[in-house]
Amino acid sequence: MTAVDIAVVGAGPAGLSAAIEGARSGASVLLLDENDKPGGQLFKQIHKFFGSREHRAGTRGIDIGTQLLSEARELSIDIWLNAEVCGVYDNNELAVVVNHSTSKTVRAGAIVLATGATENAVSFPGWTLPGVMSAGAAQTMVNIHRVLPGHRVLMIGSGNVGVIVSYQLLQAGADVAAIVEAAPSLGGYGVHTAKVRRAGVPFYTSHTVLKAEGADRVESAVIVELDKDWNHVPETEKTLAVDTICIAAGLTPLVELGRSAGCHVVFEPTLGGWIPAHDSYMETSVPAVFVAGDIAGVEEASTAMEEGRLAGIGAAAVLGYYGADERNALSQVVWNRLDALRSGPYGRKRREAKEVLLRAGENAT
Amino acid sequence: MTSRERERLVCRCEEVSLGEIENAIDAGAATLNEVKRRTRAGMGLCQSRTCSRLIARIVAERTGRGIEEVDTVTVRPPVRPIALKVFENRSDEHEG
Repeated sequence: MTAVDIAVVGAGPAGLSAAIEGARSGASVLLLDENDKPGGQLFKQIHKFFGSREHRAGTRGIDIGTQLLSEARELSIDIWLNAEVCGVYDNNELAVVVNHSTSKTVRAGAIVLATGATENAVSFPGWTLPGVMSAGAAQTMVNIHRVLPGHRVLMIGSGNVGVIVSYQLLQAGADVAAIVEAAPSLGGYGVHTAKVRRAGVPFYTSHTVLKAEGADRVESAVIVELDKDWNHVPETEKTLAVDTICIAAGLTPLVELGRSAGCHVVFEPTLGGWIPAHDSYMETSVPAVFVAGDIAGVEEASTAMEEGRLAGIGAAAVLGYYGADERNALSQVVWNRLDALRSGPYGRKRREAKEVLLRAGENAT
Repeated sequence: MTSRERERLVCRCEEVSLGEIENAIDAGAATLNEVKRRTRAGMGLCQSRTCSRLIARIVAERTGRGIEEVDTVTVRPPVRPIALKVFENRSDEHEG
């Protein structure tokens, strides 16, 4: 049995920030991640982030990851890698499997779940052919392993993930045949979308993929136009010669451990689906169990880091490392930045959805 | 709907087709759990991380209910696929 003050599950932007903030209070922190490297998705993000200066706009995700890791090391945060948390039990006990071979038990005073999200699938005839993959998988291949997944790509989905990964595939030397978007308007930020458009990639709004074809792997894709009721418009099929189809159809929060811990969950489609309700310190309906990042609603790395800080402060406070006044003052500074991140046309919808979660969380605790 | 469309796989791990899921719904399955018990959809290696949303939408559309009504799953540890040998290799024991 390993005993710690705060156990943080997931070493992405939210988990790293929670661990750092928790350790700053003087609490002992154990950070667990199932991957062989910490950083979550940050090290795949070779593009510059937006926002204000406090949100490190203009800094690349990989550099933010490196900086967070060095802060974690300076604070002597214990990090277990290749460590899968398989369950949360009573008394804040975590069942952990290390290196796929050894089981360990961790007992924590407080737990921060920062497990992130999983990519949504789109199912169409041929989607199980080799060559069909999630956009995140293609991004991992290109930016982490330096392997091109294919030479001619169809991207499904024009949100930020779709356009950013399309651009990075172009940078890596692939050809992007088209980006299809089922909605009548494009989903990504203008600056990312414009870069791809300037590179000559055609966008098809109100279009979806009808099928993938090929003998042993993807050789072509057929796309079709959609009417306003999402029905296929007859005789609008186009066949594109592609060897790769990337799916960027949104994310679903990974809430299994929250459910395993007994957290009250709320269905909030704007933020990705079922999400543990939480209060403004990120504490769930289960005392001393906190959430941060995509598990608390799919947003961005910048908001995930701020939520991680809130959870770290909140976890330290339930253990007595901060008094209520200190906790409130520290949290308010973070909330000011979060409110700024959740402003504007894109942020407003997320803020409204988060307010629903917060109300559910205040009632549940 | 064409037979080709009904043959489309929805659960890759257990190779369950759209047609099999629709048959289960027509036979009375009204939630993800009920579809799972009749077809094994969602019981494979990924433990429905990939297909649960797809199936929820199929059930919701076919039964005229909301996603949140049909997308109910029971979570039990272990939430990750782990080898049975792991249970033999405990590096620590509970005290007391």
